[in-house]
Amino acid sequence: MKNDIILAGVGGQGILSIAAIIGLGAVENDLFIKQAEVHGMSQRGGDVQSHLRLSDREISSDLIPYGSAEVILSVEPMESMRYLPWLSAKGHLVTNSNPFINISDYPDTDLLLAEIRKVPNSVIIDADTIAKDIGTSRVANIVVLGAASHFIDVPYKSLENAIRQLFGKKGEEIVDMNLKALKAGFDAV
Amino acid sequence: MQKLMLLGDEAIAQAAIDAGLSGMYAYPGTPSTEIMEYVQGSRLAAENDIHRLWSANEKTAIEAAIGMSYAGKRAMVAMKHVGLNVAADGFINVAMTGVNGGLVVVVADDPSMHSSQNEQDSRFYGKFAMVPVFEPSNQQEAYDMIFEAFDLSERYRVPVLYRITTRLAHSRSAVARKEPLKQNEMKLPGDPRQFILLPAIARKKYKGLLRIYDAIANDSVFAGKNIFIDGKKRSLGIITSGIAYNYLMENFAGTGPDFPILKVTRYPINENQLRKITDTCDKILVIEEGYPVIEELLKGYPSTDRVVMGRLDGTLPRDGELNPNIIAKALGLNDLYGSDIPSIVRSRPPSLCKGCGHADVYNALNEVMKEYGPGKVFSDIGCYTLGALPPYNAINSCVEMGASITMAVGAADAGLFPSIAVIGDSTFTHSGMTGLLDAVIKNSPVTVIISDNSTTGMTGGQASHATDRLEPICKGLGVPEEHIVVINPLRKYHEENVEHLRREIAFRGVSVIIARRECIQTASKRKRKESGR
Ligand SMILES: Cc1ncc(C[n+]2csc(CCOP(=O)(O)OP(=O)(O)O)c2C)c(N)n1
Repeated sequence: MKNDIILAGVGGQGILSIAAIIGLGAVENDLFIKQAEVHGMSQRGGDVQSHLRLSDREISSDLIPYGSAEVILSVEPMESMRYLPWLSAKGHLVTNSNPFINISDYPDTDLLLAEIRKVPNSVIIDADTIAKDIGTSRVANIVVLGAASHFIDVPYKSLENAIRQLFGKKGEEIVDMNLKALKAGFDAV
Repeated sequence: MQKLMLLGDEAIAQAAIDAGLSGMYAYPGTPSTEIMEYVQGSRLAAENDIHRLWSANEKTAIEAAIGMSYAGKRAMVAMKHVGLNVAADGFINVAMTGVNGGLVVVVADDPSMHSSQNEQDSRFYGKFAMVPVFEPSNQQEAYDMIFEAFDLSERYRVPVLYRITTRLAHSRSAVARKEPLKQNEMKLPGDPRQFILLPAIARKKYKGLLRIYDAIANDSVFAGKNIFIDGKKRSLGIITSGIAYNYLMENFAGTGPDFPILKVTRYPINENQLRKITDTCDKILVIEEGYPVIEELLKGYPSTDRVVMGRLDGTLPRDGELNPNIIAKALGLNDLYGSDIPSIVRSRPPSLCKGCGHADVYNALNEVMKEYGPGKVFSDIGCYTLGALPPYNAINSCVEMGASITMAVGAADAGLFPSIAVIGDSTFTHSGMTGLLDAVIKNSPVTVIISDNSTTGMTGGQASHATDRLEPICKGLGVPEEHIVVINPLRKYHEENVEHLRREIAFRGVSVIIARRECIQTASKRKRKESGR
């Protein structure tokens, strides 16, 4: 088994906490992991991505080869398409529909979403609205993770455990909110 | 012991702590920053009272580490590749003096220049200084080899260079720890003249260094740690190192290639080991991240009549990072590709945060500079370099840390007026102060704008040596007090700020404008901490 996941977003959107949750979940299942992150210049509002690789065998490369990612998980619609060269023919693209606009030539959102729908196996969810319904747009990330969890080879239970482990220090309320977000995302697909 | 999920940087830091480190020295720089940050966050480092404060720059960092080594204790320095240019004087001369306590210099190279001005390969510095180099290719090796690096350093009494690249620095994987070692006791060098490089002593020391470098190349224990994987075929042999090894093996997941591979993990490379490939294989492919260091070495081997392929003959690209696909192509293997990026996807360059004080500085400066025309603003390295991009287009240079002030001085020497420098607070204490002293001595007609966000922003908000010290520093360097002007870069003070800038820019002597407002990222982090969230 191998599961190559590209996490995509804009610097500051917090894709690393998604990576941390999947990572903890994978550790619980004794999987091998490699996770390449972007630190530095592009964290100032530029495009950022993380290559997350899970496998039941030792993993060689820290980077996912082109054409072999099972999942693109994006917290921003335009960013989801920046990594299409990595997506395998059977791979899934799961993205939040809400744009993060910090450039002057950001494309029209409807055209953008239409382009994403052309990608086979694409899933677009309005994670911001779902998150707000739960209580705060801050958990939109976790909603997207919930939606993508259908295609991630880590049991749903382990993702829940990982959320408890990661957010436990911040109190029961935060943990609950994130668990709800995960569930709402899961149910949205 | 339980395995830890660590970045390559963090694995190195944990290893150093476990290997009896007494002093960690660094100046931030992507992709090396997390090494010091990990030591600073480590409970064990605190319990063991390991020195772990940031230095003003890479030169002061390596010099302090040399001092720690002089006193017999283990020291580590970490920096990004261009930091080694700043620290080069110390680095090359400590090879001459040799060490007392173990000294490991970790340098993180940034091929493809994700966050850097160039993609220089630090292995060259190893050869230049005649210092052994370690090059791990995964997180576990990054951890394990630190112990060997300290051992080698103390056994041969030489500093050791530890080279990693961006993808290892910032990639996370599971790492198993070893039993921690105790720190060395303080012990002065046995030879009181070891660290005195007067010419007569230096000449002797240099002969010693030449002998040691040879001895290390022929040390069978050292060389034996390079990894040779034999294969049946002899039509091709591969020599690789570092992260490139991972990309190579990715193409043979599960099976392994059927030709021999030498993975170089330490330099100088033992000749007999190279010969296992060069003497027996028809063709040789060299795959290395960075410059063609090994490839050039092979091409210079008189006895190799074999074809050597790599970055120099076009088999691999001459510049930039490697990846599994580039290597698949070089090997003629089947290569996958998803689909092209649709044209609707726009590029999203980094930009100043909303509400950043640097933006207000540039808005005010641009207004004044309309009166003088373009091409007169020298700048430097940090978040404020983003002022080079639209909508500001406010600066004309970014070369290396500190160069804004000295370039402004040189251009003023050439007759340019006004000649303006824009520099960050951390960059100023890194290497702007000496340039300002030059300006004061010759009374250059320059205006230096220190855009003081009271942090080292670009690398993630580390403490800045400049905080609360800029006015006394400038005054002490001799800038006239009435020309040290502090402004608050906020939109509501725009008119006022423009007036201050206009007046000081028109002044034909040295003036300093300190534009002070805390970085909004640091401020919100601080407020979150204070409110306990
Ligand atoms: C010799 C060298 N060391 C380190 C770096 C990495 N680096 C680039 S910008 C920067 C921080 C600059 O901080 P400051 O001057 O305060 O500006 P800010 O980013 O806060 O605006 C650092 C450490 C570098 N490019 N060159």
